[in-house]
Amino acid sequence: MYTIAQLQQKSNRLREDVIDMLVHAGSGHSAGPLDLAEIFTALYFRIMDHDPKNPSWEDRDRLYLSCGHNAPIRYAAMIEAGYLPKSYLKTLRKLGSPLQGHPSRHDWKAVESSSGPLGQGSSVAVGAALSARMDKKRHWVYCVVSDGEQNEGQTWEAAMLAGKMKLHNLIFLMDRNNIQIDGYTENIMPLEPIADKYRAFNWHVIEVDGHNIEAIIDAVNEAKAVYEKPTMIICHTIPGKGVSFMERDYLWHGKPPTKDEAKIALRELRSMRGKIMTEYD
Amino acid sequence: MLNLKMNLDTNIFNPEKLKWIPTRNGFGEGLVLAGEKNPNVVALTADLEESTRFLAFHKKFPERFIDVGVAEQNLMGVAAGMALNGKIPFIGSYATFSPGRNWDQLRVSVCYNNLPVKIAGAHAGLSVGPDGATHQALEDIAITRVLPNITVIVPCDYHEARKAAMAAAEMPGPVYVRFARPNTAVLTTENTPFEVGKATLLWDSGDDVAIVGAGPQLYEALLAAKTLSEKKPAKGDKKLGVKVLNLHTIKPIDEKMLFALGKKTGAFVVVEEHQIHGGVFGAVAETMAQICPIPIESVSVADTFGESGEHQELLEKYGLLAEDIIEAVGRVMKRKV
Repeated sequence: MYTIAQLQQKSNRLREDVIDMLVHAGSGHSAGPLDLAEIFTALYFRIMDHDPKNPSWEDRDRLYLSCGHNAPIRYAAMIEAGYLPKSYLKTLRKLGSPLQGHPSRHDWKAVESSSGPLGQGSSVAVGAALSARMDKKRHWVYCVVSDGEQNEGQTWEAAMLAGKMKLHNLIFLMDRNNIQIDGYTENIMPLEPIADKYRAFNWHVIEVDGHNIEAIIDAVNEAKAVYEKPTMIICHTIPGKGVSFMERDYLWHGKPPTKDEAKIALRELRSMRGKIMTEYD
Repeated sequence: MLNLKMNLDTNIFNPEKLKWIPTRNGFGEGLVLAGEKNPNVVALTADLEESTRFLAFHKKFPERFIDVGVAEQNLMGVAAGMALNGKIPFIGSYATFSPGRNWDQLRVSVCYNNLPVKIAGAHAGLSVGPDGATHQALEDIAITRVLPNITVIVPCDYHEARKAAMAAAEMPGPVYVRFARPNTAVLTTENTPFEVGKATLLWDSGDDVAIVGAGPQLYEALLAAKTLSEKKPAKGDKKLGVKVLNLHTIKPIDEKMLFALGKKTGAFVVVEEHQIHGGVFGAVAETMAQICPIPIESVSVADTFGESGEHQELLEKYGLLAEDIIEAVGRVMKRKV
C-alpha cells in the first residue's frame, strides 16, 4: 500500500501527465483535471477496489465521472494504474484513440459510462447504486461531479431520488473549485450554501480540503459508515492547482497550455525550484 | 383481400364484433411476461404507473420497480446506470415527456453507451385528445429514429404491443416503443407472426399501390384498401389492386420488403399519426429514394400542432382517416408513371 507521501507524489506525477496530454491534444480543459489530481490518486490508488487487468470484474467499485470534460485526469490515473500503456497518453483527442475528448464507453469500456453533457453522470451513478442494492452487491459506487454542473436540473432530480432511496452505497465527490466556463460560480449561478442544499435533500455531507489526500480518504471512510444516506464529499480545490499561472483563474477552465506554457508548468511541477529540464526546453 | 397467412382477426370489417383495446394494455401485459421470464427486467416510471400500464409489473415485482417522481431526465439516466450494471430497464411516461424531455439523456447515457434501456412512450399521436397539443406527441418517431443504435417500434394493436414488449426485453440495445391512449382496433391475433425489423403484408388485392403504415392507423389503411379494392366500375372509379404493409419497425427499416413492394406497385401511400417530417413517411421516403425511387404520398399531420378534441374528431380534422387515405391513393396514382 502506498504511503500518503507516495500518493502525494503520484498526484503530482498525474499533473505532469495531464499537462503533457493537453499539449499534445492542442485542446481540452486544464483547471479541473489539475485540481482533481489528489482525488483521482486517492480513488485509484487507495480507496477503490478495482483490477486494471480485468476492467469488467463484476465486483469492482464503480467510478462515474459526471463532469466528462475532466477526462484527462481520469485517463492519466487509469494509465498510471496500468489500464493502458503509457504511450496512450499522447493520443488524447486523436482520431481512433480510446482517450476521446469526453469519456466514451464505446471506445474504452473501462471508463464505465460516456459522459459530457453535465448532470447525466449523477443519474447514471444513482442507477448503478440501485442496481447494486437490488443484487445485494457489496461494491461501492463513486461519482465525481463538478460544482458548475450543479446548475443542471438533472443533478437535483438525481439527488432527490438518492435521498428517497437512502442509497448508502453511493458516494459523490464534488470538485468545488468555484469556477465554470464563463466565470466564478457565485457570479454565474450562486451555489452556496451548497452543503446545506445536499443536507436538505437527505444526504450526508462532508467538507474537505480537496488537495489533502489523507482527508479525502478519511471522508470516504466516514461515508462508508453512514448507513441511511448517500454521501456528498465537497472537496474544496484550487482550480489549476500546481501551476501558478493557472491557479484560481477561470480562463483556464477550457483551454490547454501552449508548449511554452507547458515548459513553465512542468518545471514548477517537477520542483527543485524549476531547475529540472523538460522535453519542451 | 386479407392476407390469410397473418392470422388476422376475421372480424376486422365487422365493427360490432371487432375487439377494441388500448395498445398500452398489451405492452403492460408483455412487460409482466418479460419480467417473469428474466429476473433482470426492472421497471421505472415518472409518476405515471397507471396510465402507462406499469402498475401490473409494480404489483407483481415490487422489489424491481422504482418510481422516480416527475423527473424524466433522471428516469432515463437512472435506467442507463442500471443497464450498465446488468439490468434491462423498461421506462414509462408519456411520449411527449420521454423521449420528449429527456432526449439528450437518451442520446448520450443510453444510445451512445448502447444500453438495453426500453423506452415506452404512451399517449402518442393525437390519441390523448382532450388534453390538447402539449400532450400530443407527434414528433417522437423523428427524434428517436435519428439516433444510432436504437430500435423504433410502433405496434398496431394490443397483441402486437404485447409481443413488442417481450421482444424488446430480448434485444441487446435501446428500444423505443410507441403507444396510443384510447381503445383501438385489435387487428391481429395471438397467432399473428411478429418479428422485429420484419414488415408484414396485411392485405393484398393486387399491385397498383401499397399503403405502408404503422400503429393503429393501419385500421384506417385496411378500411381504405377494402373500399379501393371493391369499387364498382359503374361509379366511374377503377377497382384497384392494393397492398397494406404493417411497417411496425421503423428502425431498422425492412428495406427488402419495401424494395419488393416498390418494384411491384410503383406507388406508395404512407399512413401515420405523426408529423409529416421525420416520421414513418420520412423513413420510407429516405429508404425508397436510395433503393427504388417511386412516387410516395403521405397521410400525416401537416407540420402543425394539434388541439383539444375527441380522438376521432382530431383524426378527421387533421385528415388521417380512411377517406383521406383513399384521396392520397388517387393523388399517387396520378403521379405514377
